Amino acid sequence: MKKQVENEKKDRNEQYSLNDDRRVKVLSPGQLVAKRFFRNRLAVTGLSILVFMFVFSFIGGLISPYSQDQFFYRNELLNREFAAVTENKEFRYMEAEKGSFGSAVNAQAFLAISQGRTEFSYKDVNYTVEPQHDDLYTILSDGKVVGIAYKDVVRSSSGSESLSFDFTYNALLAYTSNQTSFSSGDKSYTIDETGGILEGNQEVAYISRFVVEAKMPDIALSRDFKEKLIVAIQNGETEFTYTDESLILDEEEGQTEDETGGIHTDDPVEEPEGEKNATATYLIERSQNQDNWIIRQEQVSYQYDKYSFPSKTHLLGTDKYGMDMLTRLMYGGRVSLVIGFIVVIIETALGIIMGGISGYFGGWVDNLIMRLVDIFYCIPSTPMLIILGAAMDAARVDPMIRMVYLMLILGFLGWAGIARLVRGQILSLREQEFMTATEACGISVRHRIFKHLIPNVMPQLIVQCTMSLGGVIITEATLSFLGLGVKFPFASWGNIINDVNNTFVLTNYWFIWIPASVLLLLTVLAFNLVGDGLRDAFDPKMKR
Amino acid sequence: MWKYILKRVVISIVILFFVGFIIYTMMRLLPTSYVENIARQKSMQPNSKSYEEWLDQLNETYHLDRGILPGYLSWLGEAVQLKFGDSWFYTDPVLQVFSEHIWLSFIMGVVSFFFELIIAIPLGIIAATRQYSKTDYTISVIALAGISLPTFFFASLLKLLFSVRLNVMPLFGLISKDYNQMTSFNQFLDKAWHLVLPIVTLVVISVGSLMRFVRTNMLEELNADYVRTARAKGLSERKVIYHHAFRNTLIPLVTIIGGSLPGLFSGALITETLYALPGIGYTSFQAMIAGDIPFSMFYMVFLAVLTLLGNLIADILYAVVDPRVRIS
Repeated sequence: MKKQVENEKKDRNEQYSLNDDRRVKVLSPGQLVAKRFFRNRLAVTGLSILVFMFVFSFIGGLISPYSQDQFFYRNELLNREFAAVTENKEFRYMEAEKGSFGSAVNAQAFLAISQGRTEFSYKDVNYTVEPQHDDLYTILSDGKVVGIAYKDVVRSSSGSESLSFDFTYNALLAYTSNQTSFSSGDKSYTIDETGGILEGNQEVAYISRFVVEAKMPDIALSRDFKEKLIVAIQNGETEFTYTDESLILDEEEGQTEDETGGIHTDDPVEEPEGEKNATATYLIERSQNQDNWIIRQEQVSYQYDKYSFPSKTHLLGTDKYGMDMLTRLMYGGRVSLVIGFIVVIIETALGIIMGGISGYFGGWVDNLIMRLVDIFYCIPSTPMLIILGAAMDAARVDPMIRMVYLMLILGFLGWAGIARLVRGQILSLREQEFMTATEACGISVRHRIFKHLIPNVMPQLIVQCTMSLGGVIITEATLSFLGLGVKFPFASWGNIINDVNNTFVLTNYWFIWIPASVLLLLTVLAFNLVGDGLRDAFDPKMKR
Repeated sequence: MWKYILKRVVISIVILFFVGFIIYTMMRLLPTSYVENIARQKSMQPNSKSYEEWLDQLNETYHLDRGILPGYLSWLGEAVQLKFGDSWFYTDPVLQVFSEHIWLSFIMGVVSFFFELIIAIPLGIIAATRQYSKTDYTISVIALAGISLPTFFFASLLKLLFSVRLNVMPLFGLISKDYNQMTSFNQFLDKAWHLVLPIVTLVVISVGSLMRFVRTNMLEELNADYVRTARAKGLSERKVIYHHAFRNTLIPLVTIIGGSLPGLFSGALITETLYALPGIGYTSFQAMIAGDIPFSMFYMVFLAVLTLLGNLIADILYAVVDPRVRIS
C-alpha cells in the first residue's frame, strides 16, 4: 500500500516535462539568503548565542524571583573587642588642688607608703602620710590634706563630669570605714551596698575596685552594664549576656581596598547602618597578667549580604551592594543590548540620510558632507567619551538621563562610517539602468533615494550594523567599566565588571566578574559571527 | 604626485581646523571648575592677590575670558607656535609632560605591532590557503574572539593567572619597589618585565583584525586568474602562494601597515590605564578625568593629526607600492 503511494508520487513527478518550471523548487532571494545563512555553522552558532542572550536578558528578568534593585541582607556574627576591665591593685593618687602635689612628690609618697614610713620630705617640704585604711592614705603637709592615695575608684555615674577632690576624699573615707553616709560641700550623700553614691534618690557616682573602659571611643558604657559585668567577672564566668536598648553600635567592615590609579569605582550606596541589637553576648577573657579582662562582644548584626558565594538562593552569589548577581546580569544584559540597538539605529539613520543625500546629489553637497564625514572620522572618540563621562560625573547627571546622553553621543560619533558606506554604494548604483528607469517614470527624488536606492544598499548595511552592534556594546562596556558609562542603580555588564578593579575582588570573588565578562564576550562574538555569516549569505560571490 | 600630496595636506589642515574647533567647543562647554579651584588655592597663599584677580588672570592666560571662537583662534595662534601652555593637572608645560610619557607608549606600540605582524601574516596565509578546513575555522574563530574580547576582561584574566595565581608577573605599574637599588641593566629588565602582560594584552586584542585582513586579501589573490595560470604552468604550490599570491597581498598590507604607523604614538588608553602604566594614554586619561583643558586639547588634536597622517600615508603608499594605481 505504502509502496503504491510512493510510486504514484514518483509518477506524478515524472509527468512534468523536463523544462517545466514546477520541477524546480523556486526560492525567493530572501529565502536563498536564509538558506545560505543557515548552512553556515558558525553563523548559526552565533545566532543561537544571540537568541539565548535575548531570552536571558529580556525574559530572564521577568522570571527571576528577585528584582533589579533588591538588596539582600544577612545576619553576621561579629566578634570584636568591646571593653577592657582592670582590677585596680595599685595606688592611685589625687591632688587636692592642682599643682599642690606633683609627680615627684607622688613617687616619694609611694615609696613612703610601701616602706611603711609615715613621713617624707621633698624639696624642703615635709609631708606626713596618714593611713586611714589599708586602701586609703592621706598625705598631709602642715596639717593640711594635699592629696590622697587610694585603690577604690570613684567615678561619676554620667561618666562625663569630673568629681571634686573633696567629694572623692569624703566618699572614700566613708566607704573604707563602712559608713553609709557622708557629706561633701553642703550636700549629704548615702552609699549603698553596691558602692553607689546617692544624692537623695539620685545616683551621682559609684565606687568600685574595677575599672571598665570601652574599647571604642564612641561608646559610653552604662553603670548598669559595668556593674553586671563586674559581678560576672567576680563569679569567674566566661560568658555574659546583657540587654540594653541604649547601646548604639555602628557596623563597619574593615576591608582594605586596593585600587589601580584612575579607575572610578562607583559606590553610591551608603554603608548600611547596623541594626541595633539590644541583646548581645560578651566573652570574658582573662589576660595574662591576671588583673585584666578583655571583653569581646559577640553580636549578630544585620547587614548587606555582600560578596556571598554562589548558593541555592543566589545562583551566582551577590555583588558588592548585596544584590543578586544573576538578576543583575539579566538586567545588565538588557541595558547593554538596548543601548547597542538604539545607538546603531541612531548611527544608521544619520548615516543613511547623510550618505544617501551625498551619494545621490554629488557635486558640492557630496563634497561638503564628505568633509563632514572626514571631520567626524578624525574626532578621537574614546577620549571624547571619557571627557564627557567625567563632565557628567561632575554635573551629577541623573543615571537615567545619563544613559540617554550616552546613547546620543555614541550614535552621533559613529555615523560617519555608515554614511561613507551608503554613499559608496549609491554612487555605483546611481549609474545603473533601473535608476534611469525611475527617472524616466518621473518618480520623486525622495522616493528614488529611499525606495529604490536604499533597499539595494540594505545587504551591506545590515552586515555593517550587525558588526557595529558588537563594537558599540564593547564601547559601552568599556566606558561603564571605567565608571564613566551606565551608572548605579542601573546594571550593565560593564559596570558589573567594574568591581574587578578592586584587587581583592579580582583575587577572591571570581563570580563577580567572570560571568559578566563571558556573557559580554559571547554576545559580541555572536554579533560578529552573525555579521560574517550574513555577509557571506548576501553575497555568495564575496564568500571567503 | 606632489600636487596630489599637497592637495591632501591642505584638505587635512582644513579638517584639522574644524576638528580642533569641535573639540575646543566641547571642552569650553564642560562644567569644569578647575580654574576657580586654582584661583582659590593661589589666593590662599600669603601676600597673594585676591581671588577675583587670580581668576581674571588665569582666565586671560587660558583665553577663557572671551567667546568660544575668539578663544579657539587664540589657542590656535599659540598652538601653531607649539605653545600649548601648562597642564592644569600636572602643573608642567604640556609638551614636557607629553615628551616624558610618549616614549613608553611608542615602545609598547612598536613591540606589540611587531608581534601582531609576525603572528597575523602567517596565520592569515594558512587560513586562506586551507579555506573551509578545520584550521581555517579555528583561526577565524580565534581572530573573531580576539576582536570581540573586551580589553579589561582579558587583562583581568592575565592578572589573575600570572600575577595572582602563579605570582610571576607584576600586577601593575612600570617599576618594582627596589627599582632604585638596581643596576641600570637590571632596571631595563625590570621595566621590560612589567611590560610583558600589557604587550600580550595589546597583541591579543588587535591581532584578530589584522589576521582577517590578511586572510581576506590573500583569498582574493588566490582566486585571481594569474594564480590559475601559475598552477597550470605546473609551479609548485609553495611557489604559487609565496611567490605570486603573497606578493600581491603585500600591496594592501603595506598600505595598512604604513597607515597605522602614526597610530603607534597614540598610546593604548585602556590598556595603560588597566596596568597603571605611565604612558601617554594613562597620563591623558587622568588629565581628562580632572578636566585639564590644555592637556586634553593637546592630546585630542594630536590624535586627530595622527589619524589624518595615517590616512595620508596609506593613500600615498598605495600608489607607490602598486604601479597600477595612478593618482591625480
